[in-house]
Amino acid sequence: MKKAYQKVYTKLEGITKATVSLRAPGVSNDELAVVAGRLAQVVRTKGDMVTLQIFSGTEGIPTDAEVTFLGEPPTLKVSDQLSGRFFDAYGHPIDGGPEIEGEERQIGGPSVNPYKRRQPSELIPTGIAGIDLNNTLVSGQKIPFFANPDQPYNQVMADVALRADVDKIILGGMGLSNDDYLFFRHSFEAAGALDKIICFINTTENPPVERLLVPDMALTAAEYFAVDKNEKVLVLLTDMTLYADALSIVSNRMDQIPSKDSMPGSLYSDLAKIYEKAVQLPTEGSITIIAVTTLNDGDITHAIPDNTGYITEGQLFLRADSDTGKVIIDPFRSLSRLKQLVQGKKTREDHSQVMNASVRLYADAQNAKTKLENGFDLSDYDHRCLDYAKDYARELLAIDVNITIEQMLDTAWKLFAKYFTPAETGIKQAFIDKYWVK
Amino acid sequence: MKTKGIVTGIVSNLVTVKVDGPVAENEICYIDLQGVKMMAEVIKVNGDNASVQVFESTRGLKGGDTVEFEGRMLEIQLGPGLLSSVYDGLQNNLATMENVFLQRGEYTDPLDREKKWEFTPLAKAGDRVVAADWLGEVKEGWLPHKIMVPFSFEGEYTVKSVKEAGAYTVDTEVAVLVNERGEEVKVTMVQKWPVKVAIKGYKEKPRPNRIMETGVRVIDTLNPIAEGGTGFIPGPFGCGKTVLQHAIAKQGDADVIVMAACGERANEVVEIFTEFPELIDPHTGRHLMERTTIICNTSNMPVAAREASVYTAMTICEYYRAMGLKCLLLADSTSRWAQALREMSNRMEELPGADAFPVDLSSIISNFYARAGMVVLNNGETGAVTFIGTVSPAGGNLKEPVTESTKKAARCFYALEQNRADQKRYPAVGPLDSYSKYLEYPEIVDYLDKTVEEGWVNKVLKAKNLIRKGKESAEQINILGDDGVPMSYHVNFWKSELVDFVILQQDAFDAIDSLCPLERQRFMLDLVLEICEKEYDFEDFEKCREFFKNLINELRQMNYSAYESEQFWAYNESVKKMIA
Repeated sequence: MKKAYQKVYTKLEGITKATVSLRAPGVSNDELAVVAGRLAQVVRTKGDMVTLQIFSGTEGIPTDAEVTFLGEPPTLKVSDQLSGRFFDAYGHPIDGGPEIEGEERQIGGPSVNPYKRRQPSELIPTGIAGIDLNNTLVSGQKIPFFANPDQPYNQVMADVALRADVDKIILGGMGLSNDDYLFFRHSFEAAGALDKIICFINTTENPPVERLLVPDMALTAAEYFAVDKNEKVLVLLTDMTLYADALSIVSNRMDQIPSKDSMPGSLYSDLAKIYEKAVQLPTEGSITIIAVTTLNDGDITHAIPDNTGYITEGQLFLRADSDTGKVIIDPFRSLSRLKQLVQGKKTREDHSQVMNASVRLYADAQNAKTKLENGFDLSDYDHRCLDYAKDYARELLAIDVNITIEQMLDTAWKLFAKYFTPAETGIKQAFIDKYWVK
Repeated sequence: MKTKGIVTGIVSNLVTVKVDGPVAENEICYIDLQGVKMMAEVIKVNGDNASVQVFESTRGLKGGDTVEFEGRMLEIQLGPGLLSSVYDGLQNNLATMENVFLQRGEYTDPLDREKKWEFTPLAKAGDRVVAADWLGEVKEGWLPHKIMVPFSFEGEYTVKSVKEAGAYTVDTEVAVLVNERGEEVKVTMVQKWPVKVAIKGYKEKPRPNRIMETGVRVIDTLNPIAEGGTGFIPGPFGCGKTVLQHAIAKQGDADVIVMAACGERANEVVEIFTEFPELIDPHTGRHLMERTTIICNTSNMPVAAREASVYTAMTICEYYRAMGLKCLLLADSTSRWAQALREMSNRMEELPGADAFPVDLSSIISNFYARAGMVVLNNGETGAVTFIGTVSPAGGNLKEPVTESTKKAARCFYALEQNRADQKRYPAVGPLDSYSKYLEYPEIVDYLDKTVEEGWVNKVLKAKNLIRKGKESAEQINILGDDGVPMSYHVNFWKSELVDFVILQQDAFDAIDSLCPLERQRFMLDLVLEICEKEYDFEDFEKCREFFKNLINELRQMNYSAYESEQFWAYNESVKKMIA
């Protein structure tokens, strides 16, 4: 596409399911190539021998396939025309609209100098108490939902995105089922938010290796709006587990020694490169990332959620609650690491103490439940805890809650007064004096 | 003449170079990518093929690109101005970079060349000196920053002249020395040192004999770390590793703090350099940033530089130790460093050890921990490097290579437990699995007897035993039920809860509770032991629970009150009444 004259190679020396290799001198690392009409990228050179990763797979590629090199890594054209558009993993429109005109930028570019970042301090309210009360989100944060495949994570994410006060919402869909893709499209349309949405979609119908481009495409667009336009950008990435699966396919085909759970040894760095794009810039611009990491039966020790947890600023854990029959944000496993930057600063002073007390009492209820399951008599306190836990789950933890943070705090105080004495909550006396419901 | 080479192979940041002359292991070279010079380090040589790890992204690099070798290892500059700086893993000053985005090949000067420092000579003409001896001193913030005979100088030297007192830039010649062969050598305020080599230049390295106060009860009281000691904090994500480390950095009783953010989140580093300049060091009343150097190689920065970052941080600590200062090195997280080693080993197609880590992981880790320690300098003064690293065990499982290797090397173990974190019992340091080997050192026991209270270590062991007994009782209660055990089990359980809530748990976000000086820790432990040494009997376990819950609440309110304030004594009074 770039060069006037292109040398065409026609002799492949090796083919695996995801890669081909051939002799081609003077090729640069990360450069794109076209192999029999399919897009590919240089992942290894050794002398004249070049290994190319073919995004759409190597099925049917013959050893005499035509190979041309494009001289540069993958790019995305950025401009305001991106708004409201749907693209595939390569950045080509899939909504029937025209190609984008704009500045061509390499995707997966350099990272922000940490010294130039600003400390995130802006609250992102979602109306969901399991998030706002217990795990408050802050702009510039990166946080995934940890959820089993059967849980409504995409719905919750869409709710959060549409309630958040941001200038752009960029969706990176990886291995999205066609139904989920249409769900996102319809919810964005129904909310009348299409003008601030940009989507890069790889569905299950597309080859898995193509997914590797999606986060970088989405984040290059995000950086355009956050850095160049000083906008507040929210990036949604779903499902990062499928992204990591694609990484392991490629590394496996390149004969790399796998580490835990047959993931590549570089999984941590690979994921960090994506998530660390979340940033509060010195200007007003910011990139916030909310992702989804699907779990295998709640197992967070698997390499993908495990590495993710070490990179992201917390995680939101969805769980089906048997007491109330609702899906709740698990208060034990969930965490927002940036919450203390806004709790009690941008919200009411009692926020963090109320949060801790309510979760501690919920933990006591879990102990009481264990006692009950083991067939023991429950004390009066145990009974009160159990009753409290039901109300707490229904009125605050459930994902269908949509109230203000002030209301969440008042609800918690109401529950404390209903079931406990001030001493049992262990809250600082000054707050008890001020907020205890008499 | 410099050795040159050309690029022959590229896999991610591992580049193979065909060389035309001699190269050394760990030698630094620069790869020319269309005019941009990218730093790299030799990690393997095979015939005239050198494998180098590039400290930058290799995007766009081609076979045939040229390489120039430097004939030196990775080294950093040591001199006045290191404190309150923010560096990347290769000691580039991040604050003086212009762009919002990090550019390849952008290397910035670690020291301010223009700034003048008030110099006072300490040596005089005719003095006989060796490496690391003090020639003069400048004031860096409030610290006396010694200008030393460079560590690389071998043998004995005679001082020919030392500059008179005055304000000079770092590159000013402040002394002229004469070596044993009569040759003159000039000394400035700056010296260079290869980071992977430990700085010696001290007389001996005795066993640590005093503790370093952190203001964190679960450390100082239960598992104290020695000045010049080593410790590590393993824990699954979300258990409060970072919060605990920041608390230690804010409150640790040290002259110099170096924080190495090694492959961790950028926002955590931002938190440090946003908050530290505002915060006051509780020991000196000065701004925290004045005693802090940050080495920042966040998770999205190049992997090879991540490996270098911990060495850079350690070298800076050793440099200040040689001035007779107490230094504290905090590295978060050493697992990321180990992962960087794994990525390179993997790309070089070495035979892997456990979990695909390199087989020499254990020895690399223990060599690194061995660089910490207290030293007696040539002039009899002492200095110390205390090192606390965090470990991020995969899946929260402590039976993994990095945790196991570190356990062999570090003397204190602060195990963060998921279970405690889930219950918001912070800091989530497990009271029974964690340990401090220093409690077994007679010199430390002696020190605590003298500085805290006679028989202190015995009291600490009593507190630990209360927790152990409480845990055993809790297990029995869980098996047999509340009614199935004698009252003493309930009492034991609640005594351990009391120790847990009052001594172990501490609110890192509360202005008063977050910092608990040793004297206050002594008072609280004495009070808690006084309560727990009493015998109690109750009609039923509900009464027992109620009694202790109320008692715990009073004691917690006490933790939230200023020490020896009116409020504090009021709660103390109320507690005494309750147990009377």
